[in-house]
Amino acid sequence: MSGSKRKFTRRSALKTGAAAGAALAAPMIFIRSAQAAYCNAPKGSTVTLGFNVPQTGAYADEGADELRAYKLAVKHLNGGGDGGMLNTFKPSVLKGNGILGKKVAFVTGDTQTKSDAARASAKRMIEKDGAVMITGGSSSGVAIATQGLCQEAGVIFMAGLTHSNDTTGKDKRRNGFRHFFNAYMSGAALGPVLEKEYGKQRRAYHLTADYTWGWTQEESMKNTTEALGWKTSKTVKTPVGAGDFSQYITPVLNSGADVLILNHYGKDMINSLTQAVQFGLRDKQVNGKNFEIVVPLFSRLMAQGAGEAIKGILGSTNWNWSLQDEASKAFVKSFGAEYGAPPSMAAHTCYVQALLYANACEMAGTFSPAQVVKSLEGFKFDGMGNGPTEYRASDHQCFKDVLVVRGNQNPTSQFDLLEVVEVTPRSQVEYDPSIFGGNLGPVNAKSC
Amino acid sequence: MDAIVLQILNGLDKGGAYALIALGLTLTFGTLGVVNFAHGALFMLGAFCAVSFNKLISLEQVILDATQKTAWGTALEVRTPYVEVWLGDVGTALLNYSVPLSILFTIPVMLIFGVIMERGLIKHFYNRPHADQILVTFGLAIVLQEIIKHYFGANPIPQVAPDIVAGSANIGLWIGLGDSVVYPWWRLVYFAFSAIVIFGVFAFLQFTTFGMVVRAGMRDREMVSLLGINIERRFTIIFGLAAIVAGMAGAMYTPILPPDYHMGMDFLVLSFVVVVVGGMGSLGGAVAAGFLLGVLQSFASMNEIKSIIPGIDQIIIYLVAVVILLTLPRGLMGRKGVMED
Repeated sequence: MSGSKRKFTRRSALKTGAAAGAALAAPMIFIRSAQAAYCNAPKGSTVTLGFNVPQTGAYADEGADELRAYKLAVKHLNGGGDGGMLNTFKPSVLKGNGILGKKVAFVTGDTQTKSDAARASAKRMIEKDGAVMITGGSSSGVAIATQGLCQEAGVIFMAGLTHSNDTTGKDKRRNGFRHFFNAYMSGAALGPVLEKEYGKQRRAYHLTADYTWGWTQEESMKNTTEALGWKTSKTVKTPVGAGDFSQYITPVLNSGADVLILNHYGKDMINSLTQAVQFGLRDKQVNGKNFEIVVPLFSRLMAQGAGEAIKGILGSTNWNWSLQDEASKAFVKSFGAEYGAPPSMAAHTCYVQALLYANACEMAGTFSPAQVVKSLEGFKFDGMGNGPTEYRASDHQCFKDVLVVRGNQNPTSQFDLLEVVEVTPRSQVEYDPSIFGGNLGPVNAKSC
Repeated sequence: MDAIVLQILNGLDKGGAYALIALGLTLTFGTLGVVNFAHGALFMLGAFCAVSFNKLISLEQVILDATQKTAWGTALEVRTPYVEVWLGDVGTALLNYSVPLSILFTIPVMLIFGVIMERGLIKHFYNRPHADQILVTFGLAIVLQEIIKHYFGANPIPQVAPDIVAGSANIGLWIGLGDSVVYPWWRLVYFAFSAIVIFGVFAFLQFTTFGMVVRAGMRDREMVSLLGINIERRFTIIFGLAAIVAGMAGAMYTPILPPDYHMGMDFLVLSFVVVVVGGMGSLGGAVAAGFLLGVLQSFASMNEIKSIIPGIDQIIIYLVAVVILLTLPRGLMGRKGVMED
């Protein structure tokens, strides 16, 4: 019996302990290496974000403001300044110590408002600068192109200002998320106000920027106004950056239309609206009614560029600095103190996207896109200036209230250019995601 | 009929800009034999002369009103232009007329710039191949663009026409077409301005001794030099004149198209097409082609035309250029021997 007994020596105890330790640690090692197997996993004490905005081109105004907002978000995430919306955002696990304890650094790129240039600068930020997330926009063509690239590269894309239905419709991707509202929502929000202000018997003429955003904006406005009983007189596509729109505006004069819908944005919007007013459209009477101009997508920066021409014009916007909720006030205070001017809606959405991404990483406990996507899908939050908001899991589109605004007739300051006419509740702008088709596909969290 | 009249008017004001730029291009090519790809940049510089003049006379006195706060908690800034503080209503009028008044600022600035450019850079390329001239002037255009972008930013800077010409003229009533043909006053002003400048340049070349010498130099430079005339100096002045014409065209165009650093390039390509269609070295050809292509471009934008040939508005100028060059290889009014070596 004694011979069958195994002697438990100090050596065997050490061996058993080492083997057990190795066995227990093995899964963790594999898990850790699995977690690290994603593109640009941050090493060291910093994490790099890529801000891809138009610094030149038709949407450069918005791009400059977007960049200001991103810089402010980085400052707040790293614990600088007064914290801005970090103090109002809930539920939030952000602590003001960077993201997951790593200090936030950033690199920037110029999209030039061109898809090719945007892809090239995003590629550079991913491959050369090691950006773990790309964010930015100001043109839907650019946003869709960049979103596709980020999906292929295996990094998260947090869209900035992009309003086309396609971004979270037929071109949606699992790695891409949009906080900004879209063309469908603009139409749904504007419809009741247009009916109330201009009635049911109208003839609309559309001038439309000839790219994805313009097409979906025109389609959404056409569907909305025709549902009201309006007739569509004509839809005309105009090249982006046309500059002089006179040859497109003159046919409107004798078209029989009594409403001009300008599906333009940025520099194009400023030029087409200013020139439409110069051609006397707003002084005209057609079909016994005053001729009206509608700008479905409005921003304060555009209003500033268009000057007097914007007064009284109806449109919709994602957010306005004059909102009086605590979150908006906190953001305006931070941004104004930093830059001496209130933020635009483009700045707002970019700032919010940066915070949402950081929070999702904190919630996931990793920068791995697979886990970050899970954190963001279906995430419900408040305290970001738009009331209760949800990142719908089925298309990665944020749903929240939409503002209908009018060019202020009596501004009290150089920034007081838009007055909020109506806050359209979220329920009125919701839709079935299947109407725009597309497929999110699988998450791409591969190594790069 | 209304639509046709309106598109003709559109074409004329756009053609006015094309003609003015092409006129300057042809002057430099005809006299100096230089293909100046920086000419669009001169148009852009002129536009920024108007912007600078406006910024200069709009310098503001800023008073902080501690009784009112901004949304971010600082005292509200009350801004009043100094010219209004110092000159009252006269100051307000100066601000209102800043675009036409900027011409007085643009002329000397562009003259000096043109002369420095010719003496400092262009003259070293007189006897070099056209390819070298194109490269160096194109490079200069990019440098000028980047300088403007650095100081004024990338965004367009709107300029406002004087109140008196801010609205639209009811042209339909003038020509018996009812009140359906209206056209912005400033665009009519621009067309009249282009016509006056073009007439002035032609008159200068046709009816002055200086112009006669320059025309002689354009025909036979060597012969004029052999007669003891310093043709080089005259050609330098002509380069300055071309810069002035481009600059004035740019300054007056600012209420129509808010200027940005890239506007020169947008016009340059079209203006070269205009010069080629008009005939290299032909001043009359440049002007005629400018207006012709401007009007054709406007007509091509009509819905009726675009419904037959979609996208024709984007290519019409190049299409017409191809057709004209196939049928008239020297362009509309080109002279034999120019750029044919």
